[in-house]
Amino acid sequence: MGLARRLQNHPRLLAAGYKANLWIAMRLGFVIRVIGAQRLARWLYAPEEFAKRQIFDCRMCGQCILHSTGMTCPMTCPKNLRNGPCGGVRANGHCEVKPEMRCIWVDAYDRSQKMTTYKDELHILQPPVDRRLEGTSAWVNLMTGRDKVSAAGWNDPPHAEG
Amino acid sequence: MTLPPPKSDGRLEKVLRAGLFAVTAELNPPDSADPQDVFDAALVLSQVCDAINATDASGAHCHMSSVAICALLTHAGYAPVMQVSCRDRNRIAIQGDVLGAAAMGVHSVLCLTGDDVTAGDQPGAKRVFDLDSLHLLRTIRTMRDEGCYMSGRKITVPPRLFLGAASNPFAPPLEWRPDRMAKKIEAGADFFQSQYCFDVPRLETFMKRVRDLGLHEKAYYLVGVGPLRSERAAEFMRGNVPGVHIPDEVIERLRKTPKESKREEGKKICVEIIQQVREIEGVHGVHLMAYRQEELVAEIVEESGLMSRRRRDEKAPPKSWRAGKRGSARAESRTARTEPDQHG
Repeated sequence: MGLARRLQNHPRLLAAGYKANLWIAMRLGFVIRVIGAQRLARWLYAPEEFAKRQIFDCRMCGQCILHSTGMTCPMTCPKNLRNGPCGGVRANGHCEVKPEMRCIWVDAYDRSQKMTTYKDELHILQPPVDRRLEGTSAWVNLMTGRDKVSAAGWNDPPHAEG
Repeated sequence: MTLPPPKSDGRLEKVLRAGLFAVTAELNPPDSADPQDVFDAALVLSQVCDAINATDASGAHCHMSSVAICALLTHAGYAPVMQVSCRDRNRIAIQGDVLGAAAMGVHSVLCLTGDDVTAGDQPGAKRVFDLDSLHLLRTIRTMRDEGCYMSGRKITVPPRLFLGAASNPFAPPLEWRPDRMAKKIEAGADFFQSQYCFDVPRLETFMKRVRDLGLHEKAYYLVGVGPLRSERAAEFMRGNVPGVHIPDEVIERLRKTPKESKREEGKKICVEIIQQVREIEGVHGVHLMAYRQEELVAEIVEESGLMSRRRRDEKAPPKSWRAGKRGSARAESRTARTEPDQHG
């Protein structure tokens, strides 16, 4: 865990990696058209899981928001909170549920403060997890745009005032 | 300043909008199937409070459910704040409960993430946390304002609810807490009830930032307060109740107090804190949490000088009640505004 943690404490480096990844992914639309999203997901799933598990202790929720949360995986929070810490954080900054673990949101906050590009994304209201995407490749979901689809009443209520 | 139209028809919102210093209190939910236990607890609180919080298995301990307590309370004419935690139910169950609560006459809902199951007496339970408190706020706001479920499906008569959220200015990361409050307001929070406050300077720092962000004009803030029974109880709370911060000075003050007057001293500390937080700009009320000491709530409210605007019966509070003769006091206060008489 030592190396991964040290790497996570350099969120700007990881964010640069994310940006590069995003740049590539956004230009791979033709790959999806040629080989299909399902096949690509089959190929990418294992390497994605391996890499992200090693660095972020990723839980493969399939809708990655790492860059918005200080390159800290919110699903490693025992309560799976996506929008910031609960009120139970201990005085020493450790988790209410696992006293030996540092609150991942305390880490996320510290790391996001070191970031430049995505610093303020910490304050964005993240939608609830679509549990259907758990165990799928977030990279492919990013390319297809599937990870941005939330429930109709969440983003675009039919009777919205404007 | 013109206020936006009210969100609910409830007393708590009316009191806050009128600019009065609100008092809410937590009802200790019974471990029994007798409705009288709920009415007994509510009667003591209702005389001095604008709303009664019905907790949702707080501390992950099983008690009578908040929906059931709200059903009993609304039926008897009380104004409950229904607490909803995300620990035990998924989004389908919660939206249904909220709609049902509004139908029963609940006007205020407090949206919580909830203490983890490991804090309770059944740590082997499955934790749900399908939503977090912000998802919950936004979902109920959508139900109220847009008249639809999270799925987008229409609700024919939307619930009219005053939405509450929790706030803990005393837990790390401290500098993030005011921004978190802003995020909750953005998600739909109309009022806040905070965690126990025993550290007024820290609250002042927090409120200063809140004022700088202009949040005190966007939502009402009720500070959580409560009496400590003894230094042992304080130490237990600090160590075992998630998110409670008690400074050493408070514990030391209780330790120095002789045994027979510890309870009195705990009450005095609570009264002092209420008087101090009342002076802070941006604080709109207090939320009393007197775990297993409900009988102290009325005394605390009275001694803090918050009774002046409350017409409790026609006369001054019955003396017998303060002396602890609860039975006779109950009989006397039967003339109170909200008498529960439909039990049985």
